[in-house]
Amino acid sequence: MSDQRAPRTDVDDLYQATIVDHDRAPRNLGALAGATHHATVDNPLCGDVVTMHIRVADGAVQEVAFEGRGCALSRAAASIMTTMVQGRPVDASRQLATAFEQFVQSAPDAAIPDELGDLRAFSGVRRFRSRRVCAMLAFRSLIQALDSGT
Amino acid sequence: MDVDPAALRREFPALGVPVHGRRFVYLDSASIAFKPQVVIDAVVRVFIHDAGNVHRGVHALSEAATEAFDAARAEIARFIGGQPDEIVLTGGTTEAVNLVAHSWGRAHVGPGDVVIATALEHHSNLVPWQGLCAERGATLRIAPIDDRCRLDLAALAGMLDDRVKLVAACQLSNVAGTIAPIPEIAAMAHAAGAVVVVDGAQAVSHLAVDVTALGCDFYAFSGHKLFAPTGTGVLWGRRALLAAMPAWQTGGEMVASVDYDRARLREPPHRFEAGTPNIAGVIGLGAAIRYLATLDRAAIARHEARLHRRLRDALAAQEGVRVLGDPEAAVVAFTVAGAHPHDIATIVDRDGVAIRSGHHCAEPLHHRLGVDASARASLALYNDDADIDALIASLLRVRQVLR
Repeated sequence: MSDQRAPRTDVDDLYQATIVDHDRAPRNLGALAGATHHATVDNPLCGDVVTMHIRVADGAVQEVAFEGRGCALSRAAASIMTTMVQGRPVDASRQLATAFEQFVQSAPDAAIPDELGDLRAFSGVRRFRSRRVCAMLAFRSLIQALDSGT
Repeated sequence: MDVDPAALRREFPALGVPVHGRRFVYLDSASIAFKPQVVIDAVVRVFIHDAGNVHRGVHALSEAATEAFDAARAEIARFIGGQPDEIVLTGGTTEAVNLVAHSWGRAHVGPGDVVIATALEHHSNLVPWQGLCAERGATLRIAPIDDRCRLDLAALAGMLDDRVKLVAACQLSNVAGTIAPIPEIAAMAHAAGAVVVVDGAQAVSHLAVDVTALGCDFYAFSGHKLFAPTGTGVLWGRRALLAAMPAWQTGGEMVASVDYDRARLREPPHRFEAGTPNIAGVIGLGAAIRYLATLDRAAIARHEARLHRRLRDALAAQEGVRVLGDPEAAVVAFTVAGAHPHDIATIVDRDGVAIRSGHHCAEPLHHRLGVDASARASLALYNDDADIDALIASLLRVRQVLR
């Protein structure tokens, strides 16, 4: 048995500049006039809530906005996500959600897929098991909104 | 006599294991307290020497287990000033409260009746009453607190009438760190004909508890916050109340005699203990209480009180920090402007400092205080000044990391 509970890692790797920037100044925060889909997802860990509003037309996410309060990770994930799915076909948005979820749950030293764009800033969360749910909350509410069909 | 924190710390092996390469600073004992070596030894001993089942075998191991188990029940009774036959062993505070709700509650709370819980309650002393009231057509009312998180006794007095059957209150809030005046609450409730259920989960490890002096009717607590194994808990109830209460779970161990079509139930406490109990856990709880009896508890209380004042004042002095309520003992919950509690807890964890973040199973109280979540530092007898210094130093890093 090791005499240490976990290897030391740097929180700077978790709170990368991109994440801190989106936490401080979230993009697409607020309500969305003309939204066609909505969903609210809770983080049972802390009671944080993310509400996603989407306007879907022509098989693509035309506009997206989010509301709710949460930790730096959940806010930044929601903010970055909105910038990436805006204008993206619904199928491709779902694929991005799947890819991000797999990435967050991958080994800390696994390759980081280029397709994730700014979401690659979440590489550090792979070492913080209890915080993965914070990173995934926004995409889960996106998927739930797309599934809701209203 | 003064407490020697370093010596106390050495008795708890979990504190000796570094975290992330740092001296382990454990400030989450309100969630779960660590076990002293004597408790660990007592539990290990059960699996080797007292490995039989209780109250049924006549062989040597069963007799040894039964003797140790009954001795633990007696220790628990002495610890809180009750009698052994008033001590119902449960899986924890939550199960103890549910027992009262399901057994006493269903028998005594009906349509139009009222149950009162305070605004400070942990979900475990709130949700069971919501369920009981919904099922029985009764109303749940919340006794308000002021902004210091002190119970508003005048408001409570105004809520009490003959429709109120039960008042649920925590003795020491797991978020606000405030101590409720249980004797006054009990006197007021009894005058209205209501019984009082006290959640003692946080109190038992910090305050001297005497159920007779408190004047309550039921007192619930958990072993895992009292330096004992998880899956252990206690419901103390007045003998006359327990004797008149129906069983809530049935099966082996709790019956006097059984025919194919009926069973005659045993007297309390066994009536409420269906199935094989957590033998090793209960014996571990007895060992934890014996361990506490070897300490100078008055000196421990002074030590904890001094540390708590330092913790509270040091946190309140930090820029951007808001301490929730006006804590009196054991816990300090706080928020930091611009930093979510989860981020705070993650960052200080990497400095080896363990604190809790979230709503600590008291979501309505957080909403009452106008926040979604908080960070919480909580103390036990093994904490020292270095632990508080480490938390404060690490909080400075929170601002650096989140810029």
